Amino acid sequence: MSERQFYIDPSRCIGCNACVAACAECDTHRGVSMIHLETIQRGDSVQTAPVICMHCDEPACAAVCPADAIKRTPDGVVQSSLKPRCIGCTNCVFACPFGVPKYDAAIDQMMKCDMCYDRTSIGKKPMCATVCPSRALMYGTPEEIAAQRHGTPINEFIFGGRTIRTKVNLMVPQGTKRLEVNPGTMIRKSDLLNQARVR
Amino acid sequence: MAKLPVPVEKLTAQFGPTLNYSPVGGWQNRSEPEKLVKTHCCFCGQQCGIQLKVRGNRVIGFEPWEEFPFNRGKLCPKGVKRYLQDNHPDRLLAPMKRVEGTGFVPVSWDEALDTTVRELQRVQAQFGRDAVAMLSGVSLTNEKSYLVGKFARVALQTKELDYNGRLCMVSAGTGNKKAFGIDRAANSWADILEAKVILCAGTNVAECSPITTDYIWRARDRGAKLIMIDPRVTPMARTCDLHLPVRPGADSALLVGMLRVMIEQNLVDLAFIDKYTSGWEETRDSALAMPLEEASRISGVRVEDIVKAATMWGEAPTSFLLHARGIEHHTKGVDNVLACINLVLATGRLGRPGCGYATITGQGNGQGGREHGHKCDQLPGNRDIENPQHREYIAHVWGIPEEELPRKGHSAQEIMNLIHEGQIKALVSICFNPLVSLPDSNFTREALSRLEHYTAIDFFLNETAHHADIVLAGSLHEEEEGTSTSAEGRVIRIRKAVDPPGDARTDTSILLEMARRLGRGKYFDHFTDSEAIFNELRVASKGGTADYYGITYERIENEMGVFWPCPEIGHPGTPRLFETLKFHTPDGKAHFHPTPYRPSAEEPDEEYPVILTTGRVVSQYLSGTQTRRIGGLVDMCPEPYVEIHPTLAQRYGIRDGAMMRVESRRGAVVLKAKVVTTIRPDTIFIPYHWPGDLAANNLTNRALDPLSKIPEFKKSVVRIAPVEPAS
Repeated sequence: MSERQFYIDPSRCIGCNACVAACAECDTHRGVSMIHLETIQRGDSVQTAPVICMHCDEPACAAVCPADAIKRTPDGVVQSSLKPRCIGCTNCVFACPFGVPKYDAAIDQMMKCDMCYDRTSIGKKPMCATVCPSRALMYGTPEEIAAQRHGTPINEFIFGGRTIRTKVNLMVPQGTKRLEVNPGTMIRKSDLLNQARVR
Repeated sequence: MAKLPVPVEKLTAQFGPTLNYSPVGGWQNRSEPEKLVKTHCCFCGQQCGIQLKVRGNRVIGFEPWEEFPFNRGKLCPKGVKRYLQDNHPDRLLAPMKRVEGTGFVPVSWDEALDTTVRELQRVQAQFGRDAVAMLSGVSLTNEKSYLVGKFARVALQTKELDYNGRLCMVSAGTGNKKAFGIDRAANSWADILEAKVILCAGTNVAECSPITTDYIWRARDRGAKLIMIDPRVTPMARTCDLHLPVRPGADSALLVGMLRVMIEQNLVDLAFIDKYTSGWEETRDSALAMPLEEASRISGVRVEDIVKAATMWGEAPTSFLLHARGIEHHTKGVDNVLACINLVLATGRLGRPGCGYATITGQGNGQGGREHGHKCDQLPGNRDIENPQHREYIAHVWGIPEEELPRKGHSAQEIMNLIHEGQIKALVSICFNPLVSLPDSNFTREALSRLEHYTAIDFFLNETAHHADIVLAGSLHEEEEGTSTSAEGRVIRIRKAVDPPGDARTDTSILLEMARRLGRGKYFDHFTDSEAIFNELRVASKGGTADYYGITYERIENEMGVFWPCPEIGHPGTPRLFETLKFHTPDGKAHFHPTPYRPSAEEPDEEYPVILTTGRVVSQYLSGTQTRRIGGLVDMCPEPYVEIHPTLAQRYGIRDGAMMRVESRRGAVVLKAKVVTTIRPDTIFIPYHWPGDLAANNLTNRALDPLSKIPEFKKSVVRIAPVEPAS
């Protein structure tokens, strides 16, 4: 059996905020949640998506940090900024293609999801993946995912031509190999409405 | 004298809701727990296992309980934040009395209890025993529910006892008893996993029963199809295989339409129907009398979708039907439930793996509470209070002559009506906040102001208790030992984690002391602890349909819960009912019932052209007595709103995010519009958990189902208008 990995399946997300609430209970970032729940477009859908750190192989947040405050552990977990080093410049906030890091003005420091290092390092699941009612957030082995789920996990994303590989997997429809995000080809609701008007 | 002693603003300033955000001592000072207490969440009928972190007689946090088989560590945000109801600044720490012009002031327990008993006895001497009513709630454990039932009938000697489950599962209970002779989910949730088609009728599973979504998803992973019947695209409806956006109040028309298609396409199991059921011919003929176009016209669901749903359901090898308040909160709630049961019985898919049926009980102990205690027409073990043998047995267990046992009383809404009429003069309440949860809040407020005496037992001063003369500071879920029964019918252990703070007392000790002071102590004095109450409950339930006799505290702990019926100590419990296809009806058969469509109590007209339906949000529980005091939960949804479709919004000039006025024949609210395409264009939706000017129940209708006496929360009619911001 392989090691357990993290899987996000936004199609299962019910928008309940259990992950957000549970994350804030952590005794390392007491009362502050490292997860945000995105409401995609409430006017037309109840779709929501939990955003946790994807833990990139080559994290952009760390690359742009002028103070070298963001470290990646040998097992691939990208950690919150180191308190003595972080200068609160928010470069990481702008650089992350997934929109994960948040600047906490109260402590003048960037904080982010570290995949519950305190729990995973002693064999527990991350808190969010433990409580998630619909298992939109799941911590398990690739074998379990293959046996239990319809979708395919991917961990390769192309943002404007640049490929990023992540430790965290995203569940996508079968047959999809990678997710390409190109601002030039994104379909916006306003474009669709305009097209409909022209027709 | 049940008018407010001071303006409501002053009461709110003193008693909350105050938002509690952090554990005792603050986030920075939270230290390691001394112990982890394995218990269950107090919010909702799923009763998820949870471990409470305890230090110094304070609950300081939680840890998932991954071994508990129902939820395996999963929790919704209410479960995650539930510990913040402890050490809460609003907590009542002493008994209080109402003082005109001052508010509520602390008094000794002796004074509080003496006043209560004196007033109740005065009212009963002057106006008769039934002039005193008791209203209870099913957030209470089985032990407390049983005790309340016995207390009202033996100590208060009134027939007027009912409970807030009247606003929850009573339509399902009545329908289940008519069809099956037993009121329980027919299966444990494990059977959902094996189902190939899951039909959810009027249940926003994602927000009202979140852990159940995982069972549905695991079935879908194995190829199950999901059909959702709901006027709104709820989070589970968003991805389902077939969404039937039914017009509120028209569920039975849709379900009868489906049955008609199944009959026409030979998708019914005639061998099963013949052998194990009765009432088929009338039900079949009634379904065939309803043309499909008529079913479509009434329900607002396209003919092809009714056919598709009927075909999917009819052809399924295994299936599970789940329903909840969406079909039950109607003046034809029982009919809607029976229409669902007809679909299950017509296919014969019951009593075997992957073949199931259940209502999703909403309240924490909605299942156990209604079986053993405080329902106006029931005695412990799900017995009938008008059945001579049942009366004889319970009177014997309680040690009173049968003729002293009160008869059937009135339902919760009817009790409020009798208070309004002046027939009922005094009230004792525990664990019920009818000013927020009953329909037509203005009527309820008026009724409460007419009471001569009102004693409320609670841990926070809820909006109804604002009207009290005496407030008795009671206990939270985690302050007493006990059991509850989950939506699955699984009896589980509720553990005491801490003692009640200050001068607050356990609910049990308060009721026992009141019984003593009412001169009825001899019927209660043997209740030395919760287990002693449970052991009497076991005997009282023995031989009833809800038979707990074989269930002990020790077994529950060792077996992670036991499913009733469990008639003997050696009995394994019954996760799946009806395996022998013997039903609990007099003839042993399951009963079909025709459910011809009839209109709701109110239908849209020129004056009130829009349908209002009400419901819940995931971050709040019931009337919000607890959850409106927890900061993290309130932030997720700070106040109610109106979901409205863009076409309807445009017609009235209502903009997204702007304030709008909603008015019914009974009252009005002004709330923010949420313009969304995820609701029917003829219907608006408002969540109901808030009081006063924000209360959806200012609008709703007191009309009741004739059998279950459930109010019609899911359909009333309103007119709407934009509210221009003051310039």
